[in-house]
Amino acid sequence: MSSVLTIAGYGLREALRRKVFGVVLILTVGFLTLFWLGVHFLYSNLGNVGPPVGVDARTFVGATVFGLAMFGTLFLGTVLAVFLTLGVVRGDAERGLLQPLVVRPIGRSTLLLARWLGAVAVCVPYVGIVYVGSMLIVGLTGHWWPDHVVTPGVELAAAVALVAAMSLLGSVFLSSTANGIAVFMVFGAGLVAGLLGTIGHGLNSHGLERAAKVAAYLIPFEGLYQDALREIVSRTTGLTGFLLELGPFGGGYTGGPWVRVWAAAYFALLAAVAAYGFSRRDL
Amino acid sequence: MAALAVRGLAKRYGAVEALAGVDIEVREGELVGLLGPNGAGKSTLVKIVCGLVRPSAGTAEICGLRAGSREARRSLGYLAELFRFPGWASGDEVLELHQRLAGSQGGAAERTELLELVGLADARDRRVEEMSKGMQQRLGIAQALVGSPPLLLLDEPTSALDPVGRRTVRGLLEELRGRGISVLLNSHLLSEIELVCDRVAILLHGKLVTEGSPAELAKPRGVEIETDEGTRLFEGAGREDVPRLVEELVAAGRKIYEARVLTSTLEDTYLEAVGGESS
Repeated sequence: MSSVLTIAGYGLREALRRKVFGVVLILTVGFLTLFWLGVHFLYSNLGNVGPPVGVDARTFVGATVFGLAMFGTLFLGTVLAVFLTLGVVRGDAERGLLQPLVVRPIGRSTLLLARWLGAVAVCVPYVGIVYVGSMLIVGLTGHWWPDHVVTPGVELAAAVALVAAMSLLGSVFLSSTANGIAVFMVFGAGLVAGLLGTIGHGLNSHGLERAAKVAAYLIPFEGLYQDALREIVSRTTGLTGFLLELGPFGGGYTGGPWVRVWAAAYFALLAAVAAYGFSRRDL
Repeated sequence: MAALAVRGLAKRYGAVEALAGVDIEVREGELVGLLGPNGAGKSTLVKIVCGLVRPSAGTAEICGLRAGSREARRSLGYLAELFRFPGWASGDEVLELHQRLAGSQGGAAERTELLELVGLADARDRRVEEMSKGMQQRLGIAQALVGSPPLLLLDEPTSALDPVGRRTVRGLLEELRGRGISVLLNSHLLSEIELVCDRVAILLHGKLVTEGSPAELAKPRGVEIETDEGTRLFEGAGREDVPRLVEELVAAGRKIYEARVLTSTLEDTYLEAVGGESS
């Protein structure tokens, strides 16, 4: 356990010394400031909009912009997770950084776990801060609050932690560049599949919905993200709820209740494959 | 018990046979030099011993423990040929990290001793990225010594060092031998190996082609005697033949000015063993 903490702490110290935290902090403040400006102007102009009968404009705008912020949070969290993990095995081995560590009496799976924990210790608080920050901006500016507060945030954080695990697994088999490209392509494919699921739900296309559900199980970070979007408007009904479900950030489509359980099992599977692959890799 | 015992060690990378059944032993407190041209299998052998590479066949044991096992890795220090420490860390932080991972209880006193040993006492707080290549290499040697392991595996430890740095490392190796630490040293520098090693093993195409002490490997090449009629070479003669040869020449009326016993250097032996392969 002390080895895990030592290596995780080493990863955190690297992030600190390499000014990762400073850069992320400045850019996040920039993102939240722009988001606040956008939300402020949206709600300021809301009085000039005559919404259709039965549509609560304040809820519609709030849920849509907060859904957009959640997408942004997932994307930024993913960027952070991927860049912190994409070269952990092959990349570091090619640069000669890994060998001195692996020779020490620590297990290779311990090293993987520690590097994942180090990345998660950066990404999860980051996702939490951006999620809560954007929720406060929408809530305090537009007086709209999500139907569920905690679960969507936890799901977003879990989605990013899962991406970090995928990137770590990729780092066992692929060079840093190939791994980064692969993870971002999978990430993009997942988002497209989720959007197709939403469109399929709106058009009542069972085929599209089924395809998206399969994608959500194949890459469950997407399922978690869609579930998080669904959670923020789960109690919103009527025409407002229906219209939100049609939008890209309305969470009309979900992978179902088992996606959370599957995400945990999927993580265990990724960890097992990564540990096995790493144990057999010549360095 | 041998500090390192390698038996029939083989490693194949696809169609390439990096090691083809090597037997080698490093006894307690012994300094063994491993020579061979590039691609001979030296680094592969060292990597198998420290658990970075899995062998295709054969066994390697460190102090009786299976090489690569966690217990065996506790007993060794390793300096890779191509290694790097994180540039953002100071020399002291690098050693502290390795102390923690190795489970060393030496604390700051051990770090100070090691940094002094490799001549980096003044660079304790200097970041690795601000160190020269030679300084990083000496830090690598200090890192390998963390926790006082009984076996040290050094892969080209002087490749980036200037002559003064090489002499420092040579002195360090002699000091380690004095402490009873066993060392397996990979190097291209024959003179270095000849000066410090108790035994030398030469690898070629993944096989051990010759092994012995530098003195054993330095074969006699004959005796050269300078007389009033010029210099004469007696091929095949050794030191013990000199009195007889001089006596015979004097009896034949020759004046003797000098007699020299010629021995081949380790370089000659090496070149003979590898057949002119580039290293």
